[in-house]
Amino acid sequence: MKGNEALAEAAIRAGCDAYFGYPITPQSEVLEYLAREMPRYGRLVMQAESEVASINMLYGAAGAGFRVMTSSSSPGFSLMQEGISYMAGAELPCLLVNVNRAGPGLGTIQPGQGDYFQATKGGGHGDYRLLVLAPASVQEMADFVFLGFTLAEKYRNPVLILSDGAIGQMMEKVVFDQAPVPDIPKPWATVGKPAHRSRNYITSLHIQPEQMEQHNLRLLEKYKAMQEEVRFEEIATADADYLLVAYGLSGRIAHKAVDVARHRGLRVGLLRPITLYPFPERRLAQLARQVQGMLTIELNSGQMLEDVRLAVNGRVPVRHLGRLGGMLPTPDDIVHELENILEVQHA
Amino acid sequence: MLSDTLPLAATANAAAHEGYEAVYSRPATLLSTPMHYCPGCSHSLVHKLLMEVIAEMGIQEHTIGIAPVGCSVFAYEYMDIDMQEAAHGRACAVATAVKRLMPDRYVFTYQGDGDLAAIGIAETIHAVNRGENFLIVFINNAVYGMTSGQMAPTTLSGMKTTTSPCGRSEALTGSPLKIAEMMAQLPGTWYVTRQMVANANAVRRTKKALRHALEAQQLQKGTCLVEILANCPSNWKMTPVESMKFVEETMTQTFPLGDLKLEGRLCK
Repeated sequence: MKGNEALAEAAIRAGCDAYFGYPITPQSEVLEYLAREMPRYGRLVMQAESEVASINMLYGAAGAGFRVMTSSSSPGFSLMQEGISYMAGAELPCLLVNVNRAGPGLGTIQPGQGDYFQATKGGGHGDYRLLVLAPASVQEMADFVFLGFTLAEKYRNPVLILSDGAIGQMMEKVVFDQAPVPDIPKPWATVGKPAHRSRNYITSLHIQPEQMEQHNLRLLEKYKAMQEEVRFEEIATADADYLLVAYGLSGRIAHKAVDVARHRGLRVGLLRPITLYPFPERRLAQLARQVQGMLTIELNSGQMLEDVRLAVNGRVPVRHLGRLGGMLPTPDDIVHELENILEVQHA
Repeated sequence: MLSDTLPLAATANAAAHEGYEAVYSRPATLLSTPMHYCPGCSHSLVHKLLMEVIAEMGIQEHTIGIAPVGCSVFAYEYMDIDMQEAAHGRACAVATAVKRLMPDRYVFTYQGDGDLAAIGIAETIHAVNRGENFLIVFINNAVYGMTSGQMAPTTLSGMKTTTSPCGRSEALTGSPLKIAEMMAQLPGTWYVTRQMVANANAVRRTKKALRHALEAQQLQKGTCLVEILANCPSNWKMTPVESMKFVEETMTQTFPLGDLKLEGRLCK
């Protein structure tokens, strides 16, 4: 299956009640697949008039207690940022998908990772965080839908799957054997006020500064609790004296680069963050005591680089190798860069 | 007797004064929280009418309201029903999802002219064009009230506001947007009317319109829109009485009152 189709099929299997979306390359297959398949299960799928409308439909549906998802790609996902901020503020669970293409502006429809900052630092206005999952395969596109809904409902927080144009479009084998998403009661949902309870309302407004600060502090506690959800994959790190750090599509390329580098006798390992927020900063800090340097591979001009540098806190040099505009580095490019770095460091 | 037909809130004063009975009170669907609206503002009156209708129809348990951004952003503080507070202009998108997923519920949006007619016009037109089965209560007071009196899409030609200090210029900012007329043209609407609350008869007619619109939701025939011409004494720099007179005598010339669409058919 295509990555986008695997994600869409997983949404149905994970019990997604409603999907709202707007076409944009390279993620339109999600809307197309769901428009075809979802009505068969009596679920709601709507093509909205814009991404702005999509995200606000998502707000309404999530506020009424339904399991909901939307997807888009970079320019369209930017349009959703206000609504995402409202959902984070109102603590509404939902699954968001950004099939990242290269930018800025209209950019190009080829894969990119330029939305890392937007995904991991909030994205919209105000002080909030999303839980961010970065799939590196079609299988993970499906797996992370189940994981994403589970985490969103556990924390009452939007979860973002940050994919890219290549993972969305590539075809691979996929197995659907994921554990079902637990149904957590939602007593806060606006479904109509029975006589025995007081009214429910969904809002992100706290006009008194004292109350707003309390709300901010409560959100902060939640984000702290989310840190335990950190996930990452390690390749050949046990004896590594140099570390690559890469996620998603660049994680795949870096994995191949590790194989090539090992073949040439370089003791290189890879840490692939699976959650971009929370970020595997503790593990990186540990590895900074073991390796002599780190290199981030990103399809941007150096965004995750900053988080890796914060994690290692100056203990080892952290460098960046990136391609831009939808271009990809090859494993050989990475190994060549590694050889240059290690040569310089030994000289 | 009024209290036989209308569920009334606790009539503490009546109990305290033996021999007296309450003949006028707030409906049980309206909370006793003091409203933040300016003295003489139409919002509090329309809130009460809407909540009276919901109490009289006995649909409090089955109604979900969507509040806007604007003066009525706090509507959920006063209405004793489940509510969602939407982002600026997006109430119709929020209501679309709520109603589509729970078609047996009564759903309404409550929106001002900046919210619905400026920033939210796209969501409004598309929801109406889809014939979404909810009620839009559209409060038109010709200014942005909450942000203290800037020009709205419905500001009258030549009317002075803080952002049109020399009067609204049609050459620069266009003419007052006639939302009810626009929406009546779309096949998705079932009932479209324009009312006001500037005198006792008009209040009764507005209440009747709100009831008609909510009852129509059972038919699943399309969107109902009740536009209500409202005053804004604070930002118009008028007394409440002067402002009501302005609605009645001046606003109605640009925005004529009456039904524009009944049972899916254009009137006249």
